[in-house]
Amino acid sequence: MARYESVIDTIGNTPLVDVSELSPNPRVTLLIKLEGLNPGGSVKDRAAKYMIEEAEKDGSLRPGQRILESSSGNTAAGLALIAKVKGYPFTAVVPENVSVERVKLLRAFGADIIVSPAAEGSNGAMRRAQALAAEHPEWWFSFQYGNPANPRAHFEGTGPEIWRDCPEVTHFVAGLGTAGTIIGVGTFLKQQNPSVSIWAVQPPAGETVEGLKSLDEGFIPPVFTDNDGYSLLDRSRVVGPRESIEWSRRLAEAGIFAGLSTGAAMAGVARCASEIDEGTIVTISPDGGWKYLSTDAWTGDLDEVVERAKHELYF
Amino acid sequence: MPVEVRLPNILRPLAGGEPVVKAEGATLREVFDDLVSRYPGLEASLFTPEREMHRHLNVFLNDDDVRYLGRLDAKVSESDTVTLMPAVAGGAD
Repeated sequence: MARYESVIDTIGNTPLVDVSELSPNPRVTLLIKLEGLNPGGSVKDRAAKYMIEEAEKDGSLRPGQRILESSSGNTAAGLALIAKVKGYPFTAVVPENVSVERVKLLRAFGADIIVSPAAEGSNGAMRRAQALAAEHPEWWFSFQYGNPANPRAHFEGTGPEIWRDCPEVTHFVAGLGTAGTIIGVGTFLKQQNPSVSIWAVQPPAGETVEGLKSLDEGFIPPVFTDNDGYSLLDRSRVVGPRESIEWSRRLAEAGIFAGLSTGAAMAGVARCASEIDEGTIVTISPDGGWKYLSTDAWTGDLDEVVERAKHELYF
Repeated sequence: MPVEVRLPNILRPLAGGEPVVKAEGATLREVFDDLVSRYPGLEASLFTPEREMHRHLNVFLNDDDVRYLGRLDAKVSESDTVTLMPAVAGGAD
């Protein structure tokens, strides 16, 4: 490895690791890109860096200006780290049902934290951040769900890295949150080889979202719709907490200590592998397991852990 | 052929408060039509005025998004489960 001027320069260029021993199909190779090795601990460091640096370039973010974002933790951690290094104050709106480690990590980087109600989920945190942005026009709201720099970080970074390390990729499987990763990587890979298949995985959203009064209040990230996400994807499926946790445990047995959204992605990978004859599937591990140790996901009674996970944002 | 349809919290009041209801049909459109005939209040949630899928409704057939299985033409068979979910900001990262 090299020597770096700044910790920010260590974002990206993450390793792609063969975990084919977990493949349900011996003719399918599985590769997982370990984004938890980014300095802020997740794939979101990439979007955070791009959003801040592009706003610096176009002048919308000025020296010393306060940065605002809503996040269940990972984007906020990336922004908090970069904001600290670059000297911006930072406010994160975080749903109260995220793991305690996420909140402590944000505090470690000096972020101001505003808690939003658990029952309103990420939607509620986003709405609160939008209201704060309207009240404070002097702040800069990065708005990850709609900021084109979010998918661009993956179109210019994550995607090309995957193509460089694995040009034989036939399927790409990733989680759907802001849609930045799957839009950026998926678009790049399809430009290189239109036959690459893009499969999305998402958590079951509905049950815990009590703040929603009608379907019309629903939200599809502009990052997804502005980039014609429905046409880009070839498949999309929902993965519940039980499968996510079971796959996180299997990954640990293969030496990969990853967060629960990685387990969800692996459940999608396993489904994909069992439905195709042969191929090479690449997936993203958004973060490591460290921030979820308090959930006992690896060590607790499976039924109890699953029950708790239904009430916690882990994706 | 009855299939099981799981409803999110916000749609349950429109279906007698039930979290899971039965409906019949060989395609998703037939299942939705059958549901609306039993619970007319669901019409505006399941369909647009043009009788296409509601934009903010995610429909999963045995966990698979029906947008990639033919949308309302998706084939449904007995013992399938149809799960309806509102589109919301994904967990998120």
